[in-house]
Amino acid sequence: MKLGATLRAFPTLVRVGFAESVAYRAEMLVWMLTMTMPLVSLALWSAIAAAQPIGRYGPREFVGYFLATLVVRQVTGSWVVWQLNQEIRTGVLSRRLLKPIHPLIAYSAENLGALPLRALLAAPIGIIAVLAGGVAPAPRDPSTMALWLASLVGAWLIHFLTMTLIGTLAFHIESSTSAFEIWQMAFMLLSGYLLPLELFPPWVRSLTDVLPFRYMVAFPVETILGFLDRPAVLAQLGIQWLFVVVMGACSLLAWRAGMRRFSAYGG
Amino acid sequence: MRYLRLFLLQLRMSLALGMQYRVNFVIDGALSLLWTVVGVVPLYVAFHARGAIQGWTYEGALVVMGWFTLLKGILDGAVNPSLTAVVEHIRQGTLDFILLKPADAQFLVSTAKYEPWKLIDLAVAIGILVWAFQRLHRVPGALDVALSLLLLASAIVVLYSLWILVIAAAFWVVRLDNLSYLFNSIFDFARWPSSVFRGATRIVFTFVIPLAIMTTYPAEALLGTLDARTAVLSLCGSAAFALAARAVWTKAIGHYTSASS
Repeated sequence: MKLGATLRAFPTLVRVGFAESVAYRAEMLVWMLTMTMPLVSLALWSAIAAAQPIGRYGPREFVGYFLATLVVRQVTGSWVVWQLNQEIRTGVLSRRLLKPIHPLIAYSAENLGALPLRALLAAPIGIIAVLAGGVAPAPRDPSTMALWLASLVGAWLIHFLTMTLIGTLAFHIESSTSAFEIWQMAFMLLSGYLLPLELFPPWVRSLTDVLPFRYMVAFPVETILGFLDRPAVLAQLGIQWLFVVVMGACSLLAWRAGMRRFSAYGG
Repeated sequence: MRYLRLFLLQLRMSLALGMQYRVNFVIDGALSLLWTVVGVVPLYVAFHARGAIQGWTYEGALVVMGWFTLLKGILDGAVNPSLTAVVEHIRQGTLDFILLKPADAQFLVSTAKYEPWKLIDLAVAIGILVWAFQRLHRVPGALDVALSLLLLASAIVVLYSLWILVIAAAFWVVRLDNLSYLFNSIFDFARWPSSVFRGATRIVFTFVIPLAIMTTYPAEALLGTLDARTAVLSLCGSAAFALAARAVWTKAIGHYTSASS
């Protein structure tokens, strides 16, 4: 693959993805609104903490936690697993293979293109959380912001790469989406999406430290809320990007193995 | 009578279709069981930290969760498939063929498709309910069961009416194939007892999107803690919802413009 050509094409592809997301903005909006799970959790947990805080979490901390979760989830979302499943099964993928660019790069550009709109929806939530009196601390120093952005990029990449990895299963089995559902269950429980990981017993937490899920939600959320000190942030950022590299290698290998099996029908 | 025959016929067709995919039975069953576990874990952790929340015990909340799973199974198995198909019909203009048939269009589209494998969800739900009552060391009274079944019927009516209202939107905004996901994600709020919601959200989830009617009240009925007034009001509420949905459907169908003409 020609690296230079890819690098030149990438911004254009992202722009195309953005234009697409604007064209179907009503649909986009509905998709964004479906991410209500943090609010569902918020209702339960703030009712629990109303009487008496649990650990460091009072009602206010829970509001901050779940709003941050909502924002993180919103800007790290991706849908490539359904795209792959669909395109492999219907054979539409063959059209992508004709293009002089790696399909995974093209997918990532399409998925990234939707981010500006998603961020636009997420921004008010974040601003409200900061303005609503100490629900979330306003990040004062730019270095925390920079680290947070790095953690978001890492979270997005882990998300996207595992989705492609599971999506390539569609080369071998009829439907990869059931496999993805199982991944999603583990993700919901172990990433801090449904409940803060601190509420789990210690043995679960030591397990989540070595699994990728934590680095997709809990780590960025705890970073921006200031729950982690600087050395911890840096250490976890390292682990997160290690997962990015490993997942990237795995999904590239899986993609190659899948390509060897692929024969398009129709097209 | 004719409608009953039509209904049974459509049901049989869906069954025959579903039987072709037997592997789905195993996969769907396993997934549904696992999703239930995922749903119960937060409850377990929450009640581990606190004995009771807003007057609800762990077992009480489990009963609500059981109702939630039950209704979710009905939603995914009997309501969603048909109504997702309607959105597709509206988009492609093939709703013409249904409107031409000599039967009520709302009836035809709402009974068109079922997913028999979702029966597993019902089994899982009953499992949760049995488990909760076993932990309580008691058996629900016959009257309580009867009342909760009555409320289940009204819950299904509300669920269905809400769906019809959502579908009606598709007549105006054509491209909405992800509406079912939105609906599911709103329905997710029904998994906790409605008293955990406070202030404005509580009003919304009791009157605007009556999630309380769907899971909390039937659960309270089964536990024998529902007062008669709430029961009667929730039955009336669901009837009103059904009438409103029917009115909106009739109005919306007037807006249908076939795709081809």
